[in-house]
Amino acid sequence: MKVLVTVKRVIDPYVKVRVKSDGSGVETANIKMTMNPFCEIAVEQAIRMKEAGVVSEIVVVSIGVQQCQETLRTAMAMGADRGILVETAGEVQPLAVAKVLKAIVDKESPKLVIMGKQAIDDDCNQSGQMLAALLGWPQSAFTSAIAVNGDAADVTREIDGGLEKLSIKLPAVVTADLRLNEPRYVTLPNIMKAKKKPLEVIKPEALGVDIAPRLVTLKVQEPPKRGSGVKVADVKELMAKLKTEAKVI
Amino acid sequence: MSTYSAPLKDMRFVIKELIGIDDIAALPGCGEASADVVDAVLDEAAKFAQEVLDPLNVIGDKQGARLVDGKVVAPDGFAGAYKQFAEAGWNGLAGRPEYGGQGLPQIVAMPLQEIWSSANMAFCLCPMLTSGVFEALHVHGSPDLQKTYLPALTSGTWTGTMNLTEPQAGSDLSAVRTRAEPEGDHYRIHGTKIFITWGEHDMVENIIHLVLARTPGAPEGVKGISLFVVPKFLVKTDGSLGERNDIKCVSIEHKLGIHASPTCVLAYGDDKGAVGHLVGEKNRGLEYMFTMMNNARLGVGMEGVALSERAYQHALDYAKTRVQGRAIGQRSGDRVTIIHHPDVRRMLMSMRAQIEAMRALAYTAAAALDKAKHHPDDTERKNNQALVDFLTPIVKGWCTEQAVDVASTGVQIHGGMGYVEETGAAQYLRDARITTIYEGTTGIQANDLVGRKVAFEKGATAKAVIAAMRALDGELAPDAELAPIRASLAAGVNALEEATDWLVATYPADANAAAASAVPYLKLCGIVAGGWQMARAALIAQKQLAAQQGDTEFYSAKLVTAHFYAEHILPQAAALGHTVVKGAGSVLALEAAQF
Repeated sequence: MKVLVTVKRVIDPYVKVRVKSDGSGVETANIKMTMNPFCEIAVEQAIRMKEAGVVSEIVVVSIGVQQCQETLRTAMAMGADRGILVETAGEVQPLAVAKVLKAIVDKESPKLVIMGKQAIDDDCNQSGQMLAALLGWPQSAFTSAIAVNGDAADVTREIDGGLEKLSIKLPAVVTADLRLNEPRYVTLPNIMKAKKKPLEVIKPEALGVDIAPRLVTLKVQEPPKRGSGVKVADVKELMAKLKTEAKVI
Repeated sequence: MSTYSAPLKDMRFVIKELIGIDDIAALPGCGEASADVVDAVLDEAAKFAQEVLDPLNVIGDKQGARLVDGKVVAPDGFAGAYKQFAEAGWNGLAGRPEYGGQGLPQIVAMPLQEIWSSANMAFCLCPMLTSGVFEALHVHGSPDLQKTYLPALTSGTWTGTMNLTEPQAGSDLSAVRTRAEPEGDHYRIHGTKIFITWGEHDMVENIIHLVLARTPGAPEGVKGISLFVVPKFLVKTDGSLGERNDIKCVSIEHKLGIHASPTCVLAYGDDKGAVGHLVGEKNRGLEYMFTMMNNARLGVGMEGVALSERAYQHALDYAKTRVQGRAIGQRSGDRVTIIHHPDVRRMLMSMRAQIEAMRALAYTAAAALDKAKHHPDDTERKNNQALVDFLTPIVKGWCTEQAVDVASTGVQIHGGMGYVEETGAAQYLRDARITTIYEGTTGIQANDLVGRKVAFEKGATAKAVIAAMRALDGELAPDAELAPIRASLAAGVNALEEATDWLVATYPADANAAAASAVPYLKLCGIVAGGWQMARAALIAQKQLAAQQGDTEFYSAKLVTAHFYAEHILPQAAALGHTVVKGAGSVLALEAAQF
């Protein structure tokens, strides 16, 4: 069966993020970028399923600037078979992402879509759920285990207070949680091979999708700096300060 | 404790902008090294080094390799990391495609070696020696030996070692005594070899030793030494492993640094004699050994860059977090992190400037090696080989001597805490200390440079390099902002030329005087060649800044660093030049008995 995996290019998690001086967003120019860690887990899952003989082809999709091709190459170096970049210049919000992906799914007809549960840059955690809704497919968000079983998949979801085990009908959308697997290191021979794998670049207009933002970002600012602390004499004083000064209780 | 982060921005700058990867990728046989592949390779290697090798560096130092019942046990985690390293294909990066390697050029291999060595130098020595053994067998071994050993040495399922030193034969290998007695289609080896890096360990199933030994009736001295390949386990014709060879690890050394790397004493032939096969022709072993030693010397120079970088990152992390005192001139207010103190800044800049200069020079030598090997034009190949020959002792000698200095500065930035092992600053200094010694001491490098390279060819390559440095003057001239760099480089080049002329004139008449000035001359070469590369870097940075292209923060920092180098490091050239030309007399004037 064919699997579609989505990958997003984000600021490297080890980089200190800086807010742009005009408050319009965060600085991404000349900053180390990498594949969103949850997307890496999604790619790894597809590869493991291919190695197990469950999956026959892995198609990776990314939406964004031209440099997202590097992210797709990394996914192909991990083991994906081919890549599709939907090239865009500006911000693409979750609903637009879901619409673009729906168009790709209509074109590629995969039996399973695996996505990261969220991207570590905006932490939206929406695209997977929206895609499932647009497609009218079952979904399993926050997935920590998946086993395909004929025309269904047995999944384990991480929910508040425990684990939820479900069986969902395929085709379906699955979003990966941290514990689904531990992604492999890319091997050198596979980096070399990835260069020769097919990578298609298309524009959202060609898919007939309007990606214009529906939400307006008013301002992005740094979280307030932590001030110096004070010593309190007793619990009573602490409670008073929490009530009157910090106003948290 | 800091964590290693590969300096990919500067590495890319040197590879792409200072050297030009496209020129190398255009060479026959180097087509795989396109800019996008190099980017991906650097990213993934950095990730592997940061996540797998770096966390084992301190463990390796604290625990060290251990000898238990004749077997060497690598520190915890090393065997697993080595398996991952080999499985990821890193061992075969520069290996030949016919044996499963990727055939990538040195301009990729050297930066990767920097990354591995920064993350964990003791670990990195093992694959480094393996590649040396590969090189020697690839160039000099018979097709049979190549078929037997090269695939496993490429994949890294076996590792390699170099067995040169004996207790009485250190820098002077003519004193080698190990015997090789012919027996059928092979030889029986008897003797003791010392200082064998990763000579015995439990990370792989077989270890392939290259051993220098004498056959019966061989001429005395260096002309009677042959090279043998001696495996830990004999390899059957079908490629499977047979009998354990007659080689024992009798002890491992207690060393100042690189504790994780077992430095073995190997006893060959205590029983019947170890089975070995001759590599190439008899009595040409030392010559064969030198073909790979030149590459290995560049590799050790790279270790100098790598340890300097790691020590810098460690010190920088401390300088940015350690709060101590108020800023100079402030009597009240908050205390500041020590990076705000001018002398700490000076130390950090001195580390940074030297690292960037050394990196640029070492990668330039790697690129010259690629051109010497792959360039379609005969003259280009010849000129680049001459450049590599000239630069090799400089990169090895200068980058390692400076590494000791830089790592020591790293300790200094930590103050008293640097002298305490807990902060980890001292490990880099201890690890760096070997780099000026092995693969030929700084003195040996300097004698090689002065005797075999400069005097032998009457300074031809040195003069060509000096001419290239002078040619930069015209490019630097129009930009007033670069004037201090231009002036400093011109003075350095003059000092280098004067010293070179003196050496060429003095060597034939008084080789002792030339040898007494050899190390100062080597340092002079390194400092001026580093200044040359920094000036080139400044030019590129200035152009990019003027055009407002690319990473302006990086380019402006590069420009400042180049100014620092011109003002703090390059002026040392004049003093070294003076020492070279005037200083030999006092070195040699005392009688030995007067010491």
